[in-house]
Amino acid sequence: MRVLIPLPVVLPLLAAAFSMALHRRVALQRFLGFAVLTASLVASVAVLVEVRASGPVAAHMGSWPAPLGITLVADLFAVVMLAVSAAMLLAVFVYAVGSPRTADDAMFFHPLYLILAAGVSASFLAGDLFNLFVAFEIMLSASYVLITLGGTRDQVRSGMTYVVISLLASTLFVTAVGLVYAATGTVNMADLAAKLADLPQGVRSGLGLLLLVVFGVKAAIFPLFFWLPDSYPTAPTPVTAIFAGLLTKVGVYAIIRTQTLLFPGDGPSVLLLAIAGATMLVGVLGAIAQNDVKRILSFHIVSQIGYMIMGLGLFTVAGIAGAIFYIVHHIVVKTTLFLVGGLVENATGTGALNRLGGLLHRAPLIAFLFVVPALSLAGLPPFSGFVAKLALVQAGFELDRFVVVGVSLVVSLLTLFSMAKIWAGVFWGVPDEEPPLLAARGDGRLAAPALMVLPTGALVVLSLAVAGLAGPVYDLCRDAARALAEPAPYIQAVLGT
Amino acid sequence: MIVTLAVVVGVLYALGTYLLLQRNLTRIVLGLVIMGHGANVLLLAAGGRAGQAPFVGSGPESGFADPLPQAMALTAIVITFGVAAFLLALAYRSWELRRDDTVEDDVEDRRIARQKTAEGGRQ
Repeated sequence: MRVLIPLPVVLPLLAAAFSMALHRRVALQRFLGFAVLTASLVASVAVLVEVRASGPVAAHMGSWPAPLGITLVADLFAVVMLAVSAAMLLAVFVYAVGSPRTADDAMFFHPLYLILAAGVSASFLAGDLFNLFVAFEIMLSASYVLITLGGTRDQVRSGMTYVVISLLASTLFVTAVGLVYAATGTVNMADLAAKLADLPQGVRSGLGLLLLVVFGVKAAIFPLFFWLPDSYPTAPTPVTAIFAGLLTKVGVYAIIRTQTLLFPGDGPSVLLLAIAGATMLVGVLGAIAQNDVKRILSFHIVSQIGYMIMGLGLFTVAGIAGAIFYIVHHIVVKTTLFLVGGLVENATGTGALNRLGGLLHRAPLIAFLFVVPALSLAGLPPFSGFVAKLALVQAGFELDRFVVVGVSLVVSLLTLFSMAKIWAGVFWGVPDEEPPLLAARGDGRLAAPALMVLPTGALVVLSLAVAGLAGPVYDLCRDAARALAEPAPYIQAVLGT
Repeated sequence: MIVTLAVVVGVLYALGTYLLLQRNLTRIVLGLVIMGHGANVLLLAAGGRAGQAPFVGSGPESGFADPLPQAMALTAIVITFGVAAFLLALAYRSWELRRDDTVEDDVEDRRIARQKTAEGGRQ
C-alpha cells in the first residue's frame, strides 16, 4: 500500500528518462508513455480506494522520519485530485498521439509530458512546503518548454510572459519557505499546523498572505490572472488542454491545502469571498469579448477558479466539499472543451469565430461532443456543472452569503451566453470571412481522427458519469472536506505518535 | 552577521525588482537571477547562526550550522540555474525571430480593445 504512493511520481519520471533516450523511435515512446500513464492511473485509484477505507497514509522517502525527510502524504483530497488528474493525463496523451497537427512527434514532447505528469502528481502528494516548491518547479519547467515547443513567434512572445510571471511566483515561494522556516524551524506541513498557531497573529497573517499570493499567481485568481489567457491559447491543443485542466488546479489545491491546514480561519473569509466574486466576474466578462475559441475557453478557466475559491472562502465542510466537487467537475469538463476546440481547429484549420460556421451539419459528432461539456460548464441540469454549482450555492445560503451567491448565479448566465456565442459562431450559420482550406471528405463532412475523438468521447462520458453518480461522488468530496476540516488524522499519519 | 545578511537580502530583492520592471528580456533574466540569489541568501539566514560544518561526530552538535536550509538553498540554486538558462535560450530565439528581445503585450487583447473603441466611436 505504502509502496504505491510514490508510483505516480516515480514511474513517469523514470519513463521520461527512457523516453528521452528513445527520441528517434516515436512508436516506442508512445507505447512507453501509454503504459506508464495507465500504471499511474491504476496506482492512484488503488490508493484512493485504500485511503477512503482507512484514512490518510504517509510514505517517508528513504526512511528519513518526518519532519526532516521527504514525506509524501496521501489524504483523501490529495488522492481524489491524483486519480482525476491521472485520468486526464492518460486521455490527453492518447489525443496527442492521435492528432496529426500537434507536436507529438516533435523532439522531446514525450519526455516533457511525462515530467509534467510527475510534477503534477508530486504537487498533490507533497507533505512539506519545500517539496511542494520542488514539485511545482518540476511541473513548471516541463510546462515552460511545452508551451514554447514550436518556437513560433507568437509562442515565444507569450511564453516569455508565462515563464517570467511563473518564475517571479517561484522566487516568492522560496521567500515564503525561508520566512516560514525562520519563524518556526520546520517546513513540514503537519508539523507547521501546530507550530504556526503559536506565532503572533501579525506574522501568521503575513505568511498566509504571502503563500496566497504565490499560489494565487499559479491558480490565476483575480488580480493575478492576466498571464493566463495570453499564454495558453498559443500552445498546441493537447498541451493547452492539459494545462487548462490541471496546472491552475494544482494552484487551487495548494491554496486549499495551506489555508485549511496551516491557516485555518474560524469563519467565512471576506477576503477570499471578495477575490472569488471578482475572479468569476472579470473572467467571464473577458471571455465574452473574445473572438477565438481557445481564448474564450481560457478566460473561462479564470472565471471558474472563482467558484472553487468561493467554496473555500465559506470555510464550512459543505463549502469545501462543494469546492472539491467543482474542481473534479471542472478538470474533466474544461479538458474536454479544449479537446473539442482542438478537433474544430484540426478539421478547419482555425479557431476564430468569424471564420467558422455551419459545423453542425458538416461535423455533427464534434457538435455533440461540444454541447455536453459546454452546457455542463454553464451549470445547466442535468449535467455535472449543475450539481457542483448547486452544492456551492446551498453552502453559501446556509451562511447567508447572498452577495457572492448572487454573483455566482449571474456569472453562470454569462457563461451560458459565451458558450452560446461559440455555438452560434462555430456550429450555426455561415462564416463571416472566407473560410480556410477545409480537410473535407467526399460527402462534405469534416474529418476527425478516431484517436482524437475517442478520448474526447471518453471524457464526455466521464463528465456525464460525474453527474449521474453525483450522490456517491459528492459523499466522497464531503469526506475529503471533512478530513481537511479536522486535520488530526493527517497530522498523526505524518508525524507518527 | 544576521543584520549584514538581512541588508544583503534587501538590496538583492530591490535590484531584482528594478530589473524585472524593464522591457528587455535579458534585463528581466538578470533581475530574476539576482532575486533568486536574494531568496537563497534568505534561506541561509533562516537557518540561524553560522557554525561548523554539520558532519556527525566531528564536534559537539550544538556548534553545528543548520544543514536543512543549506540543502534547500542548493536545490533552489539548481532550479534557478536551469530556468535561467532556458530563459536565455528564449531571449536568443526572440532575437533570432525579431532582432529584438522586448517583452510585448498581449497582441490579440489589444486588437479586441481597439475594435471596441472603434465601434464605440461609430455609434
